Amino acid sequence: MSFIPMFFALPLISAFLIPILGKIYKPLAWIVCTVVSFVLFILALYGIAVTQQIPMIVYKMGNWPPPLGIVMTFDSFSAFMVLVISIIVFAGSLFSLRYMSRYTGEWKFYTLFMLITAGMMGVSITGDLFNMFVFLEIAAISSYALVAFGVDAEELEASFKYMVMGEIGGLTFLLAIALIYAKTSTLNLADISNSLQVMGHTPFFWMVLGMMLFAFSIKAALVPFHSWLPDAHPAAPAPISSLLSGIFIKVLGIYTTARIVFNVFGLTRANDPQFFNVLIGLGLLSIIFAGLTALSQKDYKRLLGFSSVSQIGYIMLGFGIGNYYGVTGAIFFILAHALAKGLLFLTAGSVVHVTGTRDLNKLAGLGERMPTTAWSFRFGGLSLVGIPPLVGFWAKFYIIIGIIKAGFIWVALVAILLSVLTLAYLLKIENNVFMKKGQIDAKEAPFTMRIAMVFLVVLIVILGIGFQPIINFIVGPAAHALLRGLEYSHLVFNSFAASF
Amino acid sequence: MIVFASCIILFLIGLYAIVTKRNLIKIAIGFALMEYAINLFFAFVGFKRGALAPIITQLDTPHNFVDPIPQALVLTAIVIALGTTALMLTIIMRIYNRYKTFDIAEIRKLRG
Repeated sequence: MSFIPMFFALPLISAFLIPILGKIYKPLAWIVCTVVSFVLFILALYGIAVTQQIPMIVYKMGNWPPPLGIVMTFDSFSAFMVLVISIIVFAGSLFSLRYMSRYTGEWKFYTLFMLITAGMMGVSITGDLFNMFVFLEIAAISSYALVAFGVDAEELEASFKYMVMGEIGGLTFLLAIALIYAKTSTLNLADISNSLQVMGHTPFFWMVLGMMLFAFSIKAALVPFHSWLPDAHPAAPAPISSLLSGIFIKVLGIYTTARIVFNVFGLTRANDPQFFNVLIGLGLLSIIFAGLTALSQKDYKRLLGFSSVSQIGYIMLGFGIGNYYGVTGAIFFILAHALAKGLLFLTAGSVVHVTGTRDLNKLAGLGERMPTTAWSFRFGGLSLVGIPPLVGFWAKFYIIIGIIKAGFIWVALVAILLSVLTLAYLLKIENNVFMKKGQIDAKEAPFTMRIAMVFLVVLIVILGIGFQPIINFIVGPAAHALLRGLEYSHLVFNSFAASF
Repeated sequence: MIVFASCIILFLIGLYAIVTKRNLIKIAIGFALMEYAINLFFAFVGFKRGALAPIITQLDTPHNFVDPIPQALVLTAIVIALGTTALMLTIIMRIYNRYKTFDIAEIRKLRG
C-alpha cells in the first residue's frame, strides 16, 4: 500500500466521519481533525525523506497505466507543498478548539476544514489535469462555505463576492481543459506535455496558457483580480483566515501556475522571456498596489489580507525571474509566508477572541496584557519584513539574488524598497494594538491557542537559523523538480509503480 | 466548427450576465449558462458522426466509437456545478434574509 493516496484519502474519510462522530460525542470532531492533521504532518515528513532518494513516485489510481488512468505524481515540489499545507492545517486545528467554541455547529466547521485540506492535498499531488480541477473545486467550494460560516451580513456578502470571482476562474480553467482535451485527446499532465511539445508554440498554445494564467491569477489574487481577497479572508473564522491566506491561495494559484508553466508547457526564461516578463509585471503590480492600499486600512484582518496580496507578488516575481535562485527563493517564500501570515492571522484571531473587535482604532495596550500574542505578532511580522536570521529574510534574500543575477537591477531595488512598506503597515498594527497605552480589559488567550502560535514561532526561528539544510533537502530539490521542465514527462512514464 | 463557436458564444453570454446584471438570481443564472456551455463543448469534443455508443459487446467490434471520456468528464462537471449552484443559491437566500433585497448595488457593507 502506497502512502501517497493517504494525503487526500485520510482527510476525505475523516470529513465524512466527523458528522457521525460529532453527533455521538461533541469533542470527538475536534480530536479526529487534530489527529488526522498531525498524521498528515508525519506523512509529509516521510514524503520529504522518500523524495530524497527517488525523484518521482507515480501512484496509479485503480492500477491503470499512466496515459489512460488517473495518476498521482509525487516529486520534491509536491512533497514540499504537502509539508507546508500540513503545518498550517495542524496549527489551525489546534487553534480552532477554543476559538470555534463560540459558534454553533462545530462539526460542520471541522468537516469543511478536512474537505478543504483534502482538496489542497489533492491539487498538489495530482498528475492529471481534470483531477486537478476536481480537487481545486472541492477546496474552493469548502472555502466559500467557510468564509460564510458566521452567516453575518458582511460574511455572506464577502462569500458571494468571493464565489463569483472564484467560479469565473474555475470555469475558465475548465474551458481551458476542454480546449486542451479537444486538441491533444489526453488529460495526463505528462502526456499533454509531450503532445504540446510536438505541436510547438502555436497561437492555440498561448491562448490556453493565457486562459489558465487568468484562472490561476484569480485564485492567487494577483492584483488586477484581487478584489475578493481583502473581503473574503477577514470574514472567515481566524483559523480559516490563516489557512486561506497562509496556504490556500498558494496551492490553488501559485503551485498550479508553476507546475503548468514549467513542467507541462515547458517554458523557460531563455526561450520565452516575454511570458516571464508578464509574470514579473503581475508580481510588481501586486507588491506596489496592495502594499500601498494596506497602509490605509483600519481593520486588523483586512490589513493582513492586503498584505497577503502584496506578498504573493514576491512569489510571482521569483517565478517570473525563472533562474535557480529566483525559483528557490519563490518556493522558500511560499514556506516563509505561510508560517508568518498564518501566525499573524492567528494573533488577529486571539485578539478578536479576547476583545471582540478588530478595529485598529478601538484596540490599545494589549502588549502587556497579552504577551504571548504580542511577541508572536512581532516574530511573524519581522519574518515577513525580512529581518535576519528569521526565515523570511533568507527567502527574500534568494529572490533578490535571483533578480540581480538575471540582470534586473531596478526590479531588485523596487523589491527591497517595498519591504519597507511591509514594515510600515505592520508597525501600524504594532503601534495601535500592542504599544499604545490604553484601557482595555483583556486576559491572555487560552492555552491551546497559544500553543498553536508558539508552534509557528518556533518553526520561524528554527527554520531561519537552520536555513541551509532546508535549502539543501527541501526547497532546493523542489526548485530542481520545477526547473527540470519537460523532463517531468519522461520521469512520470519511466518511474516504476510505487510499491511502498 | 459552428457548434464549437456557439458554445463559446453561450459561455460569453453567461459571463455578460454575471458582469452586468444587478440581480443576484440573474448572476446565478449566468453561472448556469457558463456551465452548460462548457458541458456542451465537452460533449461535442467527443462526438463523431455516425459512430456507435462506447459499449464493448464483443472483442472484435470495429473501433468506431464516440469518445467516452468527455461524457465521463461532463458527468463530473455537472456534479461540481450542482454543488456550486446549490451553495450559491443558499448564500443568496441568506443574503436576502439579511438585506431584504436582491439588488447587488444595495448590498454594500464592505468598504475600504
